[in-house]
This record gives sequence, structure tokens and C-alpha cells, in this order.
Amino acid sequence: MTSGPALLAYLLIAASIIFGLLVVTKILRVVARRESPLKRQTYECGEVPTGVTWVRFHARYYVVALFFVLFDVEAAFLLPWASIVREAGTRGLVAIGSFVVVLMLGWAWATRKGALRWQ
Amino acid sequence: MNDFIHGSLYGGGIIVVLLTVTAMALWFERKMAGRMHSRLGPTIVGPFGLLQPVADVVKLLQKEDITPEKADAALFNLAPPMGAIAAIAVAAVIPFSSSIVAADLEVGVLYLLAIGALGVLPVFIAGWGSNNKFAMLGGMRAIAQSVSYEVPLVLAAMVPVILSGSMKVSDIVAYQAAHHWMVTWPFFLGIPAFAIFMLAMLAEANRIPFDIPEAESELVAGITTEYTGMKFALFYVAEYVHTLVASAVGAALFLGGWDGPFAPGIWWMVAKTLVLFAFIYWTRYSLLRFRSDQLMALCWRWLVPTGVVLVAASAVWVVFAG
Repeated sequence: MTSGPALLAYLLIAASIIFGLLVVTKILRVVARRESPLKRQTYECGEVPTGVTWVRFHARYYVVALFFVLFDVEAAFLLPWASIVREAGTRGLVAIGSFVVVLMLGWAWATRKGALRWQ
Repeated sequence: MNDFIHGSLYGGGIIVVLLTVTAMALWFERKMAGRMHSRLGPTIVGPFGLLQPVADVVKLLQKEDITPEKADAALFNLAPPMGAIAAIAVAAVIPFSSSIVAADLEVGVLYLLAIGALGVLPVFIAGWGSNNKFAMLGGMRAIAQSVSYEVPLVLAAMVPVILSGSMKVSDIVAYQAAHHWMVTWPFFLGIPAFAIFMLAMLAEANRIPFDIPEAESELVAGITTEYTGMKFALFYVAEYVHTLVASAVGAALFLGGWDGPFAPGIWWMVAKTLVLFAFIYWTRYSLLRFRSDQLMALCWRWLVPTGVVLVAASAVWVVFAG
């Protein structure tokens, strides 16, 4: 069985149910809508909003993102090997092992440097 | 074409059951929370308050739909359906019995990890698109958290893949039915991997103790601050479906899925899923929220290296002992 069309059907049904709910909520709004300038204002606990929201964020997020990219690429390399570990045998183990050891040395160095400390 | 019909029939059934269980889970959660707090929970609507979810859905359906004037309307409106669809989409590859599975992909584990990770995108889109400072902070926290916990999640999910030698979820379950459940043997690999997997799944689904993106006591309602009516509800649909699907994935990858004696497979799968699900609620009402920095430290300093060691150990196990 090829599962591509099955997956497509599944996703189409999921999407139509979710968007269907949104359509139903539009239709069911029988009460007339009373507009007021306050209703559509940004909610900040009743105060008039000040300043802008779309600002730059602290660079600590940058380090986390960098680490994520590193380890996600690692995962992308590991996954194909993970399903054939038995066939790849000792040779695969050595190849992947050396790669992971280098990566974890980098991790250990970064941890010691305090790159992962929240400050 | 045959596959398309198969996918529609099974998919339609699975999605409807999933959404119904999600609605009932709201009742179950409030009832359980009530008991844990020596309260009663819902009692008024129907016997034992069983019709409460119906009342909630009807109420949310007829609520007004407000888009704040400063919001980025396109992103703001796109985020809730996107989140809900992404959460439901994961369930496509889960085998609920040896025959009930919507789309049994060859790369099932990769698919569920990838689509599961997609769930963070709508959360951040909602935070950014709302143009609200609380929502923005919630979205930023969410992306840092989900992106971090993605790594131990992938590493933990790799352990059953290595042990069974397949990425197809139904193959992994069949392997467990033929040999033994992943948590039982080798237990020194199975149990820690299962623990990391559940922790990371909780973090991905933004459940307490990892619910800092929503954190109602700090961020009003986090990303959902500006949302009303059905769009607000869709975030909860996404969260509950994600939790439920996470339980099902945990049951399939580590607890043997539909494997069990006496009863047909589907009952075992449902029972295991619901036990994990109830356990997640139990955790929610027992623990406090982590602080953002503690959360990141737990992930990067403990879970990631442990995950790498587990993957290495299971590969060595398979090559030399298995």
C-alpha cells in the first residue's frame, strides 16, 4: 500500500473540519455586532497600550537557536542510520560515533564556557 | 485511488474520535482537577456534568470574533487553524490496532517528529501577529522552549527506531508484539528513553509543568490573549489533541501499542493512551511551572547529553548484543 494518497485524504479531512468550525462560527453569529473603538484595542489589562511590540529580542535566544540548528542537523544525520544500525554494524558505529563524539566535545566546551547559562 | 478512499474512511473516523475524546477530556480534566482539589468539578449540565463539553462548544461557536486593529490580520487569523491541523495531522501515522491506521508511512517516526515540531510555528505566529506584548513574550518563550525540547525528543524517539530497525510506526509496534515492549527490555535504555520522550512531548505540547508560553499568572493568557470565540477554542483543540496524540505516540513507540493479551488490540491501544493521558493531567495538577531558565538548563545540560548517550548505548546494544 502506498500511503501518500491516504495521508493527503487524512490532511484534507482535518483541514475541512477545522475550517468548517470557523465557517459555522461565522454563520451562527446572529446577534448584531456592536462596534466600538475600545473593542478592537490591544488588551493590556485595561491600560492604554504604550510603546511598540515588535522589538528586537535579547541575544540569548540566538545561542539557543544556534544550538538547535547544530543538534537538529545531527538528528538529520542520525535518523537514516538509526533504521539500519544492525546492517551498518561496527563500521557504521565507528563512523557515527566519531561524529557524535566531536559534537559532544563541542557541547562540553560550550557548557564549560557558560554559553548555556541564562544571564 | 483505493488508498485515497482508505485514508478518507479511516482518517475521518480517527479524526472524529480524536476530537470527541478531546472534548470529553475537558470534562475529565475538570472532574479530576476537582477531585484532586477536594472540589466537585462540573455537576450542573447533564448527569455528572457530562454534557459540559457540549455546552462549552456551543457557547464558543456563537462568540464574537474580534481581530484587534493593530494586529497583523492575516497572520492572526491563520495561526489557530494551522495549529489545530498540525496537531491532528500527527495522528495520521499512529496504528490504533494492527489494521486501523490512516496512512502508514515508511518514514512514520520522522513524519510525526516533523509535524509535531510544526506546532510551534502557529504559536509564534499568533504571538507575533497579535501585536500584544503578553502574546509576544509568550510566543518568544514558546519558540525557545519547543525548539530546545525538539532535540531530546528526536534523540529519545530514535531509541525504538534503532532497537526495532524501522521507522514505520506499525513495524515498531509489530516488533514489540513479536519480541518485548521497549520499556521492558533493555530496560536501562527503554525506561530513560521513555521518560525523556514523555517530558519532551509535554514541553512540545506546552503542558504544565512546561506551560510558560501561556503562563496565565504572568502573561495574562500568553499567546491566546487577543483571541476570542472559535479561534481561541482552536488553540485549546490544538493543545489537547497534541497531548492526546503524544500519549498515543508514547504508547505506540514504547508501551507496545496494540499488543496485549485477551482483548482485541484496539482496546489495549486505547487503554494505554488514556492511562498516559491521565498521567499527564495528574502531573499538571501536582507540579508547579518551571522558570524559563530552569527549563532551558534542564533540556540542554541534562536531557540532550542523556539522549545522546542513550542513542549510542542502544546502537552498541543492537550491534553487539541484539
